[in-house]
Amino acid sequence: MGMTISEKIIARSAGVNSVKPGSIVTCSVDIAMIHDSSGPRRQGPRLKELGLNVWDPSKVVVISDHYVPAVDSVSANILKITRDWVKEEKIQHFYDLQGICHIVLPERGHLKPGLFCVGGDSHSPTGGAFGAFMIGVGATDMTAVLATGEIWIRVPETMQVDWTGKLNDFVTAKDMMLALCGRIGLLGADYMVCEFTGETVKNLSMDERMVLTNMTAEVGAKTGIIAPDSTTLDFLSSKNFQKIDINLASDENANYSSVEKFDANSLEPQIAAPHSPANSRNLSNFNGIKIDQAYIGACTGAKLEDLHMAAKVLKGKNCSKNTRLLVAPSSVKITAAAAADGTLETLTQAGALLLPSGCGACAGLGAGVLSEKEVCISTTNRNFKGRMGDQDAEVYLGSPYTVAAAAIAGKIVDPREIV
Amino acid sequence: MNRNVLENLKKGRAFVYGDDINTDILAPGAYLKYSPEEMSKHCLESIDPDFVNKVKPGDIVVGGKNFGVGSSREQAAASLVILGVRYVIAKSFARIFYRNAFNLGLTPLICRDYSKIRPLDILEINPKEGSIINLTQKSVYNTDSVPEHLLKIVNAGGLLEELKNKINTNSIKTLRFRKDN
Ligand code: SF4
Repeated sequence: MGMTISEKIIARSAGVNSVKPGSIVTCSVDIAMIHDSSGPRRQGPRLKELGLNVWDPSKVVVISDHYVPAVDSVSANILKITRDWVKEEKIQHFYDLQGICHIVLPERGHLKPGLFCVGGDSHSPTGGAFGAFMIGVGATDMTAVLATGEIWIRVPETMQVDWTGKLNDFVTAKDMMLALCGRIGLLGADYMVCEFTGETVKNLSMDERMVLTNMTAEVGAKTGIIAPDSTTLDFLSSKNFQKIDINLASDENANYSSVEKFDANSLEPQIAAPHSPANSRNLSNFNGIKIDQAYIGACTGAKLEDLHMAAKVLKGKNCSKNTRLLVAPSSVKITAAAAADGTLETLTQAGALLLPSGCGACAGLGAGVLSEKEVCISTTNRNFKGRMGDQDAEVYLGSPYTVAAAAIAGKIVDPREIV
Repeated sequence: MNRNVLENLKKGRAFVYGDDINTDILAPGAYLKYSPEEMSKHCLESIDPDFVNKVKPGDIVVGGKNFGVGSSREQAAASLVILGVRYVIAKSFARIFYRNAFNLGLTPLICRDYSKIRPLDILEINPKEGSIINLTQKSVYNTDSVPEHLLKIVNAGGLLEELKNKINTNSIKTLRFRKDN
């Protein structure tokens, strides 16, 4: 029996020739990524209690993104704890207020195919877009990783998510993932790896591929992964990587525990209704729903291409008087690029308010949270009750095209009707 | 957590909730920046505002499918532990929550009969047999067996306690001991 790409990476990091789903192995970690919220403030005191330093300061990447910039003394203190700890532990890679961790990590060249990575955040599967095996863990698991450089895992089964055909104009990776959430539900890929294959996936840019792996967190997956190809290589060569293994792929006779097939040609823009990404259906089911706030932000929804999509819809138009449009680019580098290419001008002239790069309103931590009974449409990845502010607020999820269109119309409309 | 304390927390009343109890319900984002103790005061408040006032050490939380879905935030499991809950029963658990729970000394039990449990039934857990005794309904439910290595973690009192044992027995090679210790 052959192995999937994930099984190959796990076997290598466990120091064995092959692994089978279900077995428990201990893997050595190539990169451990932590952020201000679940990071140093939790692991610092615990490592002290254990009498240990981090196992290898060159393999730990720390990114402050959840409480940035500080809005009160409590969050300011969390950021200070993070900075102090980084100094104390002599961490080599620290990004303070540079953007959201899942974006900054590949942007600054930390990810490449074949790595075994662990992140202290549930959307760590994003790293799989680069052919790395990257899983999210809680703060105590991460403490053990920082102490030992190792982690035990149960080898997951792999679900193949295969897309054929060409996406229609104004239909995006976000729509692909909402369609998957709608079909298989929040537990549809319980503890599996979602491996994305097929010509539709091959034709996606890195920005779009990251949406696929990012949102595997929404179907209960252990992680998501995409085999590296020339698109991956092009991206990585700009990051000064040497020795990239783009031949890393699943064997032809690899064992997939299940296969979900999709046809891109027939995919319509999707919307997830409150309060779950699994409540996803064709946008036409939600036409006309009034929107108070349109939010373009988060790791999954405010990359440079996402901003380009929004700008394409908003160019020369104005936001509805009844709707506010908030844009929080995913990183400061993305903000700079969008400023340089005129995208920010298009967005702000249409009435968008620019917010800092960080998690912000996505997890209800920063600027842009919602009031009671307000309705928001958002490019973020989950819309659980209360996540973006008030318990009685309602959040719809959609692509950057769809969110921008709603900002103009003041209600949910098909972006193809606006442009 | 010391063994005796664990022993005393096997019996209590059932607090029954539905499917998809997510991490925003267990540990609302608005309180993430505060200490775990402060956070625990808001556990489950969006669906049961009175939960934290009613719950007593030993009580048991019962959910449906996908308990703990959502974020990796450990406070979701930690809040229950701080409130004295040591067992959660559900049809299924979200994977990060499942790991976090064991790591913090909370045992998640997968039970097919979860829907038979009524609010405030008195339950007693038999950890050795992996069974749940419903003293109110006078019935016994089986649970899926807990993998050996996870049992070890929870029996040690959580992952950090287990790690301490390993450090003491010198069984890990990669450790860097602090100079100031
Ligand atoms: S932007 Fe949202 S989903 Fe992404 S890491 Fe931050 S809180 Fe999590």
